[in-house]
Amino acid sequence: MTDIAQPSTHAAAPVTPRRRSALQKLVQNQSLWRGILAIIVFLILWEIGARWDEWFGREWMIPGVGLIPPPTDVAAAWVEVLPKPGYWESWYSSFKRVLSGFLMAMLLGIPFGLMLAVNKYFRDVFLPPFEILRPIPPLAWVPASLIFWPTNEMSIAFITFLGAFFTIVINVLGGARNIDVRYLRAAQSMGASQWDLFSKIILPGTLPSIFTGAAVGMGITWEVVLAAEMISGGGTQGGGGLGFFIWNSYMGGSLEQIVVGMISVGIAGYLCSTAIRMIGDWYMPWKRLH
Amino acid sequence: MDAPAQSAEDLAGKGRLELKKVSKAYGDEWEQQLVIDELDVEIRPGDLTVIVGPSGCGKSTLVNLIAGYEFPDTGEILLDGNTVSGPGRDRMVVFQETALMPWQTTYQNIVFGPKLRGELTGRALQQEADRLLAKVGLSEFKHKYPLQLSGGMQRRAELARALINNPRIMIMDEPFRGLDAMSRGLMQEFFLRLFEENRRTNLFVTSEIDEAIFLADRIIVLSNRPAKVRKVIEVNLPRPRDYKMLNSTEAYNIKREAMAILHEEAMKSFKPSGASVKMATPVVGGH
Repeated sequence: MTDIAQPSTHAAAPVTPRRRSALQKLVQNQSLWRGILAIIVFLILWEIGARWDEWFGREWMIPGVGLIPPPTDVAAAWVEVLPKPGYWESWYSSFKRVLSGFLMAMLLGIPFGLMLAVNKYFRDVFLPPFEILRPIPPLAWVPASLIFWPTNEMSIAFITFLGAFFTIVINVLGGARNIDVRYLRAAQSMGASQWDLFSKIILPGTLPSIFTGAAVGMGITWEVVLAAEMISGGGTQGGGGLGFFIWNSYMGGSLEQIVVGMISVGIAGYLCSTAIRMIGDWYMPWKRLH
Repeated sequence: MDAPAQSAEDLAGKGRLELKKVSKAYGDEWEQQLVIDELDVEIRPGDLTVIVGPSGCGKSTLVNLIAGYEFPDTGEILLDGNTVSGPGRDRMVVFQETALMPWQTTYQNIVFGPKLRGELTGRALQQEADRLLAKVGLSEFKHKYPLQLSGGMQRRAELARALINNPRIMIMDEPFRGLDAMSRGLMQEFFLRLFEENRRTNLFVTSEIDEAIFLADRIIVLSNRPAKVRKVIEVNLPRPRDYKMLNSTEAYNIKREAMAILHEEAMKSFKPSGASVKMATPVVGGH
């Protein structure tokens, strides 16, 4: 067999990047330093804004900002609650609710969305009721589910589940329906069975949408859990949570603790979305290039 | 050399494709739009047949019918005497732009077919894939994802993905569309050398007349929708082909002839709908 000459151009030589240690990468990561600097500047401005009236008298108080406790006071309040088990129990119960609702939504939402995408009859039957229920905000379900479910905990779990479920289903459905038909056709030509098409084309092709749905769903889950915890007054039988922590601080009149609770929620949400992003990068190596 | 299982089939003289009075219409029974109208085409084995036609004339529908993704309303499509009844590895399609699975590396894309069918396994599969990777000049990009490849490299990976299935006929559906002029020229030359090496039956669809003349043994010019054969032109330029041959008198004559037909057919799209009168004499000069 005669070998034909290789095309010489437009095959750019692969670039081998210079190896850098993890520490070097961290030190040289400009985005990281800019981010840290931005947070520091923000904290300083907040401190100045909140202390303005202390320094220059009440008539100089900056509207709005002047009433917010300065970050140093918040930090002090934080140090105060850190050793208290109640604070960590709030983290634990909120996380437990978010994760259980979220995982249930993923567990049911992904197969449901895929079924809607691949089976016309399934879609004809289940999409209309789904589309009527979907626009109902999760919080509108609160009274009904408080009555319907035997315990507060179960109603919170249910509402949390709803918040993520609809988003995940819609994303999975859209993603699976938008897969380039040429991928399916190419696979068919090569002899793919229906199951091959599903497992080797539709499933990997839908992964990006699954992770988008998961990221958005996770955000909604935190919103819903927090609101549900405040409404249901968590403490009695539902067992606290960060939402109740904030509400309780409000009832107790501790401004600093309210802010501590808020920032805790921010950190919790950030941890969750980072986790989803990392899992997504892990499962979709082709997505982290360019 | 122990020939891999699927190469065992001797393809010499294989790939005769016949379309017999093939028609295809879209739409419901109230409003039918005829896309292909009693098309009769014969593709000779070992030939590189190029189909050209004005855009929107039904070339892609034709590809879908031959590949078995869609079915003709009337008529029959035969490959080496057997009726085409669905997609199959004996007819591999190279699609417009790229249809490599983005979630698979070049290597994974290439071995997709044989692996799926379980024909080749282990070392034999790796060897065959490596041979094809070398052939299309992508050995170094074996473990890269399609998004990391240039347009030209993606097309070559796609050629390898089709070739590993050892099809009787390759169906190229405007494969080099979207490439810049430079890459396109290089891809045409590369593709020609690949074809001239073993003359696997090839059906190449394009809307570029220069590309058609450069590549083809035979050019089939289609009419505007509904597609019918307007003209079959034999291209008797010698092989191996060279870009300079496009400047020959023969190439020039073919181009002039084909362009005249294509222009006439393309103009039909501009005819006001419902008008039964022939096109008025063009007002603009240059005709």
